[in-house]
Amino acid sequence: MTGSMTNTRDAAHWARALFIREFRLGVRVGGGALIGVLFFLAVVTVFPFGVGPDMKMLARIGAAVLWIGALLATLLGLDRLFQADREDGSLDLLVMSGRSLELVVLIKCAAHWCATGLPLVLAAPVLSLFMNLEPVAMGAVTLTLLVGTPALTLFGAVGAGVTVALRRGGVLLSILVIPLCIPVLIFGVSASTAAVSDFAPFKAPLLFLCAISVLAVVVGPVAAAAALRNAGD
Amino acid sequence: MTSQKMICQGLSCERGGRRVLSDVSFELDGGAALLIKGPNGVGKSSLLRTLAGLVSASAGTIALEGGREDCRLGEQSHYFGHLDALKPALSTIENLRFWQEFYEPHSLPNGTGAIFPDLEAALEAVGIGHTTDLPSGYLSAGQRRRLSFARLLSVPRPVWLLDEPTSALDAASEERMLGFMEQHMQMGGMVIAATHLPLSLANVGELNLSAVQGPAGGSDATAEDTQAGMDDWFYD
Repeated sequence: MTGSMTNTRDAAHWARALFIREFRLGVRVGGGALIGVLFFLAVVTVFPFGVGPDMKMLARIGAAVLWIGALLATLLGLDRLFQADREDGSLDLLVMSGRSLELVVLIKCAAHWCATGLPLVLAAPVLSLFMNLEPVAMGAVTLTLLVGTPALTLFGAVGAGVTVALRRGGVLLSILVIPLCIPVLIFGVSASTAAVSDFAPFKAPLLFLCAISVLAVVVGPVAAAAALRNAGD
Repeated sequence: MTSQKMICQGLSCERGGRRVLSDVSFELDGGAALLIKGPNGVGKSSLLRTLAGLVSASAGTIALEGGREDCRLGEQSHYFGHLDALKPALSTIENLRFWQEFYEPHSLPNGTGAIFPDLEAALEAVGIGHTTDLPSGYLSAGQRRRLSFARLLSVPRPVWLLDEPTSALDAASEERMLGFMEQHMQMGGMVIAATHLPLSLANVGELNLSAVQGPAGGSDATAEDTQAGMDDWFYD
């Protein structure tokens, strides 16, 4: 058997173990998966009360409200992404294990997204009803959230890595990460609204959104791992 | 049977702009233990964290002769610090299984693997076999400590870096842990422990750290009383 084959199988083995652990922690009590969805629900439901029963207005701002709600709900759970591991000593062991820290970050983000981001995507069609969205717009918002929320998690991981040593770093994390998330928000909302408009293109902003997510997959883990390596001091 | 040797030369380390370790040198053979002694705040934990690669050394070298050349010392070591690295929401065996699957095993010089490759046996060995499916959040401080120690028994790694290993343990557990350290050393492994208590191990050396004075980057370190049991290194 060649060395590279062993390495690949070995990497798949520990990656799977890490993913399962992180996913379990995410969905069990105190993991934040349910909290994120409930917060999303809370943010979206206050809008019709604040804006009033203007159905056309709600339909016009609906996609933006859903996107902002998803952004805030994602940020809510991110501060514990590495901090919980740092507080109980797991982070030290993860860093010194010899496993690629970039890959560790990527897997943690993937598991975190499956536990907290995916429920937001699945909740979006239901919450679209509150905002009086047309069926096509509902589908568009859900699709853009599916493509775009991984980028939010990965950019957030950079902020989580930088603020890992700070108590109450969650607020600072949001301040650091929101500027990075603005392009995601712009392209996500513009693709969603374009789906029901005759004039604006749908495909171009969607492809931009995909490009940002792909970029985040590359940049996020590298930057977050660099931040975590320096957090041991 | 090949043997390993850890060589640490002129190790210095700075944390928060203050020099906490200055010119620490020692050698440690496979099958031997080194106790790091000294008053609080003298840099015992910093030395262990530096050896583990969690804190970067500002000067000096650390090498494990006879170990994997492509791996740093930390990657071939177990670090058993003040924190237990346990998740309260996971059960006892899930916690242990994760570390066993995640950690890359490095077999000891004589080719032996983990002391207890079987997780249930490892839990049984540290005396918490009855808590297998219990969420680890329900364990007592001493039980959590023992569960954390079971990680060292279920994944083979030649070097054990232990920071106050016997804290929160009762006399029987302490005795048991010493037995595992002896067993690890008989298999050719090394143990480096920072402790205040006299650990009754065979083949053990002592490294006495004394306080480092002066600001970071100060030219000369103060006289350091470095005694490393069987292999003394006085390095200027």
